[in-house]
Amino acid sequence: MSGFFTSSIGRKYAMALSAFFLMFFLIMHVALNAVSLFSEDAFNQASHFMGTNPLIQFLMQPILMIGVVFHFVMGFILEAKNRSARVVSYAKNNGAANSTWMSRNMIYSGLFILIFLVIHFLDFWIPEINTKYIVGDMSGLHEGSFRYYHELQLKFIPIWRVALYCIGFVFLALHLLHGFDSAFQSLGANNKYTKGLKGFGKAYAILIPLVFIIIALFHHFNH
Amino acid sequence: MNLTLKIWRQKDSKTKGQMVDYKVTDISEHMSFLEMMDVLNEQLVNSGDEPIAFDHDCREGICGMCSMYINGEAHGPDRGVTTCQLHMRMFKDGDTITIEPWRAKAFPVIKDLVVDRMSFERIQQAGAYISVNTSGNTQDANSLPISKHAADEAMDAATCIGCGACVATCKNSSAMLFVGAKVSQYALLPQGQVEAVDRVKNMVAQMDLEGFGNCTNTGACEIECPKGISLENIARMNREFLKASLKG
Repeated sequence: MSGFFTSSIGRKYAMALSAFFLMFFLIMHVALNAVSLFSEDAFNQASHFMGTNPLIQFLMQPILMIGVVFHFVMGFILEAKNRSARVVSYAKNNGAANSTWMSRNMIYSGLFILIFLVIHFLDFWIPEINTKYIVGDMSGLHEGSFRYYHELQLKFIPIWRVALYCIGFVFLALHLLHGFDSAFQSLGANNKYTKGLKGFGKAYAILIPLVFIIIALFHHFNH
Repeated sequence: MNLTLKIWRQKDSKTKGQMVDYKVTDISEHMSFLEMMDVLNEQLVNSGDEPIAFDHDCREGICGMCSMYINGEAHGPDRGVTTCQLHMRMFKDGDTITIEPWRAKAFPVIKDLVVDRMSFERIQQAGAYISVNTSGNTQDANSLPISKHAADEAMDAATCIGCGACVATCKNSSAMLFVGAKVSQYALLPQGQVEAVDRVKNMVAQMDLEGFGNCTNTGACEIECPKGISLENIARMNREFLKASLKG
């Protein structure tokens, strides 16, 4: 395997595997958040479990961080290398004639997702880490009851934040619309199941961000 | 029809090039694109100007020599054709047509619309061959059973003419469709198995060395390929490469 991950194809594999990991994480994330649409109590219980379980906090969370950072860094490295492969640009290039906008602009949709992630971390993750590990309050309580659902609703009161999140999820959908199929192709999976897989990929790419948008709107209108 | 042509002119590989405007008149819609270029060159020669250098050979879509980026697309707006098979009926009277050479660091411009595609040759030399005893005792190819499906797929991959449209059209200047096709045509047949491990590893290493970009699966190469080489060949190359890397 020497030199595998420094080769162009090895990097495609690495990019695809990190993408699969992140796409699986998205399912977990959206499923947990969707609980808040149905039950305040269940959402609080699930959030407290995720926020205090040592396995999730000290093993899964760092792995997730590494996965996210790896996917972005590798994406930027590949983009820089790909750009250097064409020194002189075409005077006229009709990219729309042979490929989708999403496939040609993964770096930009990815960049917007990165900006969104920074905002998302500042909104939820940093305050959570501060409460638990800086202040040292692991109880998850605020004035005698669990704080998670209440905090979620407070975050989505300002309409500008709801709008910002919706824009972030639209870029996530655009990224996934190409990324889902692309990850399979990179791993060498192009066969009789590809057509069906593409359909599933489109549904995944639209449904996951759509549920996130519904959650943001739900809490904005129901606080 | 009367046309305005915006064509890339570049004296040699060291000189900076530029787009130059030309006018051609009375072009028949039945002409091929290269015949239209011939008319322009005759015009230039008659007026004492330097004719435009462009690659061409068989003019029937087999040799893979012609290589023009026409109105933002490799081999122009038609599908499944090389530039020599592109007809002027694809354009309208009064059109402005932009004509550029393939653009890729691994395909440096030699002159005007002619690019150096020796990088493709070097990739093929790295592994696109099989060892056959040619001493006169060559085994009859039909003595090896090959399924119809495998033979068809290998033949489909082997139709790649190495024109470089895939590289030219790819936003990353990736050569993976070309290399995928060359790896596939051998990987699918029993004759290709002996050197399978070294073949894919050496060809991919040479491809990376030549400075081609990485595939991001936009699928543009498949659409613009004059021979309809499928993305399945890239997927097969990826599998072959992983298999070869695991074997050491």
